[in-house]
Amino acid sequence: MSISSERTPSTESARHGDAPELIAFEGVSKRFQRHGGQSLLRHLLGQVLGGGAVEPFYALRDVSFSLNRGESLAVIGRNGAGKSTLLSLVAGLCQPERGRVTVRGTVGALLELGTGFHPDLTGRENLHLNAALVGFSRRETLDAENEIIEFAELSGFIDEPIRTYSQGMTMRLAFSIAVHSRPDILMVDEVLAVGDARFQARCRERIFALRDAGCTFLFVSHAPRDVTEFCRRAILLEGGRVVADGDAASVLAEYQKSSGDGGC
Amino acid sequence: MPNPWRNAPNLFWQLVLKDFRVRYRNMSLGMFWSLLNPLVMMALLTFVFTRIYRAAEIPNFPVFVLCGIVPFNFFTLSWLTATTSIVDNARLIKRVAIPRVLIPFSTVVGNALHLCIQFGLLLAFVFAFGYRPNIHWLWLPVIWLLTILFACGVSLITAALNIFLRDIKYVVESANLVLFWLVPIFYPFSSIPGEFREVYQFNPVAALVLALRQILMFDTSPAGSLLWKLALVSVASLLVGIFVFRALERRFYEYL
Repeated sequence: MSISSERTPSTESARHGDAPELIAFEGVSKRFQRHGGQSLLRHLLGQVLGGGAVEPFYALRDVSFSLNRGESLAVIGRNGAGKSTLLSLVAGLCQPERGRVTVRGTVGALLELGTGFHPDLTGRENLHLNAALVGFSRRETLDAENEIIEFAELSGFIDEPIRTYSQGMTMRLAFSIAVHSRPDILMVDEVLAVGDARFQARCRERIFALRDAGCTFLFVSHAPRDVTEFCRRAILLEGGRVVADGDAASVLAEYQKSSGDGGC
Repeated sequence: MPNPWRNAPNLFWQLVLKDFRVRYRNMSLGMFWSLLNPLVMMALLTFVFTRIYRAAEIPNFPVFVLCGIVPFNFFTLSWLTATTSIVDNARLIKRVAIPRVLIPFSTVVGNALHLCIQFGLLLAFVFAFGYRPNIHWLWLPVIWLLTILFACGVSLITAALNIFLRDIKYVVESANLVLFWLVPIFYPFSSIPGEFREVYQFNPVAALVLALRQILMFDTSPAGSLLWKLALVSVASLLVGIFVFRALERRFYEYL
C-alpha cells in the first residue's frame, strides 16, 4: 500500500470556475508500447533497423466520465481492463495520448502495500518520509505524528524497523498516514483485503467518516461487498473501454454476469 | 490550485535522510567503511608511486593523493547511484506524484553528506602533515558546491536516459574507470603536456582536485581561469541536465 501525494496533472484546467466535478475524463485514451518495462538498446536498434514500430497497446480507449464532489465511484473490471491506468491518470502520474483529464483538488492514494516504505528504517522514520511524499511540511508532520501513530496502534513499535512489522502493522501505518493527509480525492486500490477483521472494520469506519466529511472516493475492489457498501455509482471497464456506468449494484450485476462467476 | 512542489524542501530533505540512513543502518562498522576505502587507496597509491614507480618527486604524497581520491570517490559514487536512482525508485515514481527531479538531486546530496566524512579524513591528514587553515580555505565551499552542481547535472541526464536504455548504467561505470586516469589523482598538473592543459581544466572533477591542492597544500587561491571554467561547466551541465530530464520525464511512467 502506498500513499500518493496531491498533484495536479499538467492536463488540468481550472477554467470551469467552480464546477462541481472534481474529476472529468473527456475521451481519454492511454497507450503503452508493448515492451514498456524492457527498454534496451537492442529494441531501439530493432526499431531503427527493422523499420517497423512496435505495435502499441491501448490501456484505455475513449474513456469519458465525471465525478462530483462527495460522490464515490467504484471502478470494476477484470485484470488488465485498465483500472490502474485510470487511477494513475487521476493521480497525474502519466498523461493521456488523447483526450483530457481534469482533476481539481488534492489526490491521495492507498495503493500497493509497502510502496515508499523502506524495510530498514523505523516506523517513525518511514512515517516522516511518507508524510513528505504525501505533501506534508515538516511542521504538519510533527503536528500529526502522534495522531497517526495512535490511529495505527503502533505506539510500542514505532521505533522498530519496518522489516520487523507484520503485514498488518505496515498496512495500518500506511493507511493512517493516508487518511491523515485529508485529500479531496482518495483512491483506494484493493487494499482492504489485507489486515485482520478488526482493522478492516476500523478502515471502513474511517472511510465512511471521510466520505461523510465530503471526501470523494475512487475505489478499485474485487470484493462485491466493498463496492456496494462504499459506492453508489460504479463504472465497468472492459478492454480499456467503459462498458457500463451507473448504479453500483446494477453495474456489479452486469460484471458478474459477463465474467460468469460470483467474484469481482 | 495544489501543486506538487508545495513542501518540496521537506520531501527533498527526507529523501536525503533516507539515503543516508539506509547506507549506514545495516553496517556494524558504519562510517568506518567510508574511511577504509580512501585510506587503502591512499596507502596503495603512495606505495606504488613513491617506492615502485618514482615518476615525480612530490612532497607529502599521501595528502597529495588524498586530494585526488576524495573528489573522485564523491563524483563517481554520486554519478553511478544517481544514474540508477530513478529506476531503483520505480515503484515510488509509478505510485506517487512527486517532483521526480528531486530523486537524482537527493541522491547526489546524500552522497555529499557521506563525502563529508571522507573530507574530514582529508583535513585530518592535512593537519597531520603540518598544514594550517588560511584565508584561501574560504574557497572550499565554493568549489565543492560547483562540483556538486556538476554531479547533479550529469546525473540528471544519465538518470533520465537510463530509463529508456538501461545500458546507460554500464556506460557510466566505464566512464568512471576512464575518469580515474583523466583526473590528476596520482600525477601533478605539471606532468600534463602543455597542449592538453587548457582542455583538461574543463573537467570539473579535475578542476576540483587542482583547486583543492592549491588551497590545502600550496596556501594559494585557485587560479581565476580554473574557477571560471569550473563554474561554467557546472552551471551549463546543470541547465542541460534539468532540460533533458524535464523533456524525458513525461514518458517515464510508460518505461518504468
